[in-house]
Amino acid sequence: MDSNASDSLQFDHNHDGVDRRGFLKCMAWAGTGMLCVMEGGVLKSFAMARELHLPRKLRAGELAFVQMSDSHLGFNKAANPDVSATLQVAIDRINALPIAPEFVLHTGDITHLSKTAEFDAAEQLLKGVRGGPIHFVPGEHDVLADNGREYLARFGAGTKGAGWYSFDQKGVHFIGLVNVVNLKAGGLGLLGPEQLEWVEDDIRHLASSTPIVVFAHIPLWSVYPEWGWGTDDAAQALGYLKRFGSVSVLNGHIHQVMQKVEGNVTFHTAMSTAFAQPVPGTAPSPGPMAVPAGKLRSVLGISEVNFVRGRHALAVVDQALDQEPAPSGAAGGGAL
Amino acid sequence: MILRRSLAIVTVLFLTSVPAREPARASANAPGDQPAKVAVTIDNFNYGPSTVTIPAGTTVVWTNQDDVPHTVTSDDKVFASPVLDTGEKFEYTFKKPGTFPYYCTVHPKMTGKVVVK
Repeated sequence: MDSNASDSLQFDHNHDGVDRRGFLKCMAWAGTGMLCVMEGGVLKSFAMARELHLPRKLRAGELAFVQMSDSHLGFNKAANPDVSATLQVAIDRINALPIAPEFVLHTGDITHLSKTAEFDAAEQLLKGVRGGPIHFVPGEHDVLADNGREYLARFGAGTKGAGWYSFDQKGVHFIGLVNVVNLKAGGLGLLGPEQLEWVEDDIRHLASSTPIVVFAHIPLWSVYPEWGWGTDDAAQALGYLKRFGSVSVLNGHIHQVMQKVEGNVTFHTAMSTAFAQPVPGTAPSPGPMAVPAGKLRSVLGISEVNFVRGRHALAVVDQALDQEPAPSGAAGGGAL
Repeated sequence: MILRRSLAIVTVLFLTSVPAREPARASANAPGDQPAKVAVTIDNFNYGPSTVTIPAGTTVVWTNQDDVPHTVTSDDKVFASPVLDTGEKFEYTFKKPGTFPYYCTVHPKMTGKVVVK
């Protein structure tokens, strides 16, 4: 563990887990009121002012991008009557980052009801993101009408099937997957045989040393199947990626930060820019969760991701919308 | 008179199909030309009650009371609602006996069943 990164949790792919110092540090956070939970091998961490302590090279990395998720344009219920305003705050945060992201990944649920007016509003707001392009994958709320036709018309140029695709940036291979269409009764998220075949073919030519980032809406790991928070055939896709030394999976859908390490694969879910959802099992359902007045922006946010070659790691900093923009303020998260 | 009696039986049947702990949301029509209706509430990502047993000719009315959209979609493509936003309803009249499983295409862990006698 890097002594300069005293507040960051380092996941070592070679050792498959969290080191003891990292865990003890985590306990220290708990003692000071920070939230850090480790259960069943799943580490979840929030650290205030953590970014201040990240070494410069980890902050800069070689490839910086941002993940945003679950904007739900059109939602207007008690959990957040103004999702446009919070999306705008998220965009302002991206534009204020000290290291300009090369691009933004939006991991779905851009809209709440797939309505044309909602897509229009989202596109209009997202035009305000300065810098590189935004790469999208759909959430189930984006494909409610016409089997996702409107989503594909707006964001699906150059994609296959229901909107899956890959691209390369600075030697990192990014794979955007769709696990929100043709869902089966009683099931979870689904990639389907056609997409799985495409994944297998897409990575065939890559050297095993190529860092891989997979992004999709519904988690590709079993977060909480009782609430549908998982993907039935994710194991097959991840099986194709076994030979790669570094695989990072970025998801949305659950409107909260969760992390997990499994062999060479690290998983991370992002906050929503619209509303929070409960921690698994703490509520009767995963529906939108109203929080006390003034607290909303503390449960919404974006994830700033830095890739550092040689470390086989992504440093993910989850930044809540009520926190001061980095580096002068608070941030939370863990290095993947 | 025979018609009247059969309608009375219909009413009893569908009332007994609603579990006791559920409020009796179904409102039986008095004997007449209108088909009986039975209500299913979508609440907390559940169809309540998840199984309804009805006589043929009964209309089931689903109402979404969640803050997120749901659908009522037959596994066997017998019926399919549009996306139901908060407060929106969908109804379907079951004319033939059978078992009709259904689910929410947005949240497929949500499943329910209509049994038509």
